[in-house]
Amino acid sequence: MVQEIVAHPLSKYLREEMMPHIWCAGCGNGIVLNCFVHALDELKADLDKLVVVSGIGCIGRTAGYTNTASFHTTHGRSIAFATGVKLANPELDVVIVSGDGDLFAIGGNHFIHAARRNIGIKVICANNFNYGMTGGQLGPTTPLEALTTTSPYGNSEHPFNLVHLAAAAGASYVARWTTLHVRRLTQSIKRLMQKEGFCFIEVVSPCPEIFGRRNKMRSGLEMMGWFRKASVVENFSDPAKADITPDRIVVGEFVDIEKMSYEKLFHEKIAQINEKTMEKMS
Amino acid sequence: MPERIKHVPLDIEKVKPPRAEIHLIKNQCKGCGYCIEFCPKKVLEESEEINARGVHPPKIVNEDKCILCSFCSAVCPDFAIFVLEKKQEETKK
Repeated sequence: MVQEIVAHPLSKYLREEMMPHIWCAGCGNGIVLNCFVHALDELKADLDKLVVVSGIGCIGRTAGYTNTASFHTTHGRSIAFATGVKLANPELDVVIVSGDGDLFAIGGNHFIHAARRNIGIKVICANNFNYGMTGGQLGPTTPLEALTTTSPYGNSEHPFNLVHLAAAAGASYVARWTTLHVRRLTQSIKRLMQKEGFCFIEVVSPCPEIFGRRNKMRSGLEMMGWFRKASVVENFSDPAKADITPDRIVVGEFVDIEKMSYEKLFHEKIAQINEKTMEKMS
Repeated sequence: MPERIKHVPLDIEKVKPPRAEIHLIKNQCKGCGYCIEFCPKKVLEESEEINARGVHPPKIVNEDKCILCSFCSAVCPDFAIFVLEKKQEETKK
């Protein structure tokens, strides 16, 4: 047993002065950050060419914790800001780490249009089934009959199936994992960083303090126990059938296709127009 | 007796199984218990002591059992645990 304090091997990817982070004990956001940082370490990513963008929400703090260029944006507009970054300098790798409320409630329209254009930004969405930061209101991913502060008798709204939405909108890589599948999630993030075009990973994440407390899962271990019991790995199955229910969470990679990305098409078009105008001038 | 353990491997003297060196950063731990629960060899256990954040950090019960899968360091939300391989010279002593 070694007693003296040794620095964590991944601490060069984190802003040490911000650690320890503010997330609750058992929160899945720390695991998402851990897997992201592990993937960066395995890829030996160039930190000067990486931009982490995040929106508002608990996981929005990620941008402040990673030791890269980072952008903490307004609520729901993380994809809009990231689009600007990517179009201004297509050489940068732009990764969005944000939550379900940010990306799919207020930012839903940005998401579907970024996926339709197939712009080369990478989205990692932590889905904790509610608005955790503001006190646990029901959101677009709250399962049916779940109890939240704004649905004390059970939720009667149908939730979004995020992987189906991303696949239908035209994303070139779509996957879903839970925070228990850390190895596969890390592999998936590595794949996401290497791919061209719009990529999306949904991470089903435990929120024991806010969501679990009202739904008979008071600790992070109980929520992880639910993921362990309910999750089924089905790679390349139909995302339309991958609904999240209390008995069944279908995880895996759903879509992996090659498609020309928007920033390439856009910059090609600009080059064409420039050539034509130069011909006219001469 | 199964066929594979009838014969002693020829290089059993040379090959040493890797030994782990588990590092805990106790004051970063928030006591979620993931490392204790998901360790396949049950190397960790909750300790009696209380750290700076007011929770019980894990303690190492049997470091020799560790198989260096590093799942604890991958699942830790607080970057409070990591596993390194012990240098081979140390294990020879």
